[in-house]
Amino acid sequence: MPEEKIVKKISVQVNGTAYASEVEPRLLLVQYVRETLGLTGTHVGCDTTNCGACTILMESGGEWKAVKSCTLFAVQADGRKLLTIEGVARGDELHPVQNAFWENHALQCGYCTPGMVMASLGLLARNGSPTEEEVRKGLSGNLCRCTGYQNIVKAVLSASKDIKEKRLPVIP
Amino acid sequence: MNPRRFQYHSPRTLGDALVMLEKYGEEAKVLAGGQSLIPMMKLRLLQPEHVIDLNNIPDLSYIEDRRGSIAIGALARHSDLERSPLIREKLPIIGEAAEQIADQQVRNLGTMAGSACHADPAADWPAVLQALDASFVVRGKDERVVPATQFFRGPFDTVVRQGEIMTEIDVPVPQGDRVGQTYLKFERRAGDFATVGVAAVVCVDGDGAIASGALALSAVAPAAYRATDAEKIMEGKKPTQRLIEEAASAAAAPSSPASDLRGSAEYKKEMARVFVRRALKTALERAGVKL
Ligand SMILES: Cc1cc2nc3c(=O)[nH]c(=O)nc-3n(C[C@H](O)[C@H](O)[C@H](O)COP(=O)(O)OP(=O)(O)OC[C@H]3O[C@@H](n4cnc5c(N)ncnc54)[C@H](O)[C@@H]3O)c2cc1C
Ligand code: FES
Ligand code: FES
Repeated sequence: MPEEKIVKKISVQVNGTAYASEVEPRLLLVQYVRETLGLTGTHVGCDTTNCGACTILMESGGEWKAVKSCTLFAVQADGRKLLTIEGVARGDELHPVQNAFWENHALQCGYCTPGMVMASLGLLARNGSPTEEEVRKGLSGNLCRCTGYQNIVKAVLSASKDIKEKRLPVIP
Repeated sequence: MNPRRFQYHSPRTLGDALVMLEKYGEEAKVLAGGQSLIPMMKLRLLQPEHVIDLNNIPDLSYIEDRRGSIAIGALARHSDLERSPLIREKLPIIGEAAEQIADQQVRNLGTMAGSACHADPAADWPAVLQALDASFVVRGKDERVVPATQFFRGPFDTVVRQGEIMTEIDVPVPQGDRVGQTYLKFERRAGDFATVGVAAVVCVDGDGAIASGALALSAVAPAAYRATDAEKIMEGKKPTQRLIEEAASAAAAPSSPASDLRGSAEYKKEMARVFVRRALKTALERAGVKL
């Protein structure tokens, strides 16, 4: 094991802002986002790739993809664009998915919510008109200990309608 | 949870990656989707000193029609396979299996090649690829092509040697007018590994007899296996309920599942039989057989 601390330079764009940092290769992307950048909206639930609380979007091949940031190293994000929950609203104006979560009582304690919203964006970016079944499958990597999922599913379905009707972009 | 310290390398060509692998020997691990490697490193079950990230090597994500077979690059993700129109048309079993692996986020990163190299006995691809008679292209000093049926040696153990990288998976498209294929996965909860997974690919001839039937099972043995006894029972026969029952029993017979949270060994063995039966029925129906 290399004893001395080795750092790597990375540059990433998070929510439209460019950052350059030096990181240890073993630093997880979620730790980088929360601790180095101070963007603590992204949560850590399980730290074992199961709960989805750490979900963010990463651009690859011109497409935004939901990933679990506890299961990527920060060095892997070098040169990439990321979107976290902090970049979803426009100022005080909530994104239609956030709005739908509010309207449909899709959260109680809120711990899972940032991950749920990001996974929903990942799903809607790929499939603008999901069925209930597709929403349930799309969110199967996200656990909620409070709501029983019912209202989360309703919220995503209602957001998809809203986005289509108003012809809004899924990814802000 | 953080892994032990390691050095990170991100080669831009396959050649560079191979040189690094050679240089660092057993201290090195290749990183593809990271959806098995990183969890293992976080738990410190693996502690490589050098991690060689393949993700910045261009042109490894392809899914290509090679006339009669489909070539899948080492960086094609589960989600690429899930959504590929070419796969839906030529190898629907792969699309069907892909969407049953883990969840959206894991599928966006995890690769078929990574799953094969990781060789988790409960993984889905090893059964699917064996039933399809796929082969793996493995590159080290030389390049070799290994049939999927000879690739898996046991839990987390394959024929890939130190210094080698799997570069491609070649999957022949099953030929015939009446082909039926399915991957049936029995999971305890959404996104879980299989309690048992069954891949079935059948070809039915003009007389309605089974010209060939391939069956492979995952999660019920140290490595996914082809149920060759069951295949022999079916060959050349007209499909009937009774034949399906016989084949299902023969396919489950060599299983040796372990008791764990997903069920007792006895229960899993029984589920192997039940799910082979169901998978065979579906595959035959998809080949146009009325049962
Ligand atoms: C929550 C969760 C649920 C999951 N559920 C399922 C499931 O239901 N079914 C299922 O089948 N899988 C499941 N998986 C595993 C997932 O499919 C992984 O993506 C897969 O096992 C490994 O692929 P990877 O590309 O992520 O490989 P990595 O994690 O990057 O690598 C895995 C191993 O293979 C080696 N390796 C990778 N690529 C190559 C290569 N090209 N050549 C040589 N060696 C290589 C690495 O060195 C490492 O040892 C799950 C994983 C998680 C985290
Ligand atoms: S914290 Fe990443 S999946 Fe739970
Ligand atoms: S709202 Fe509490 S975990 Fe989902």
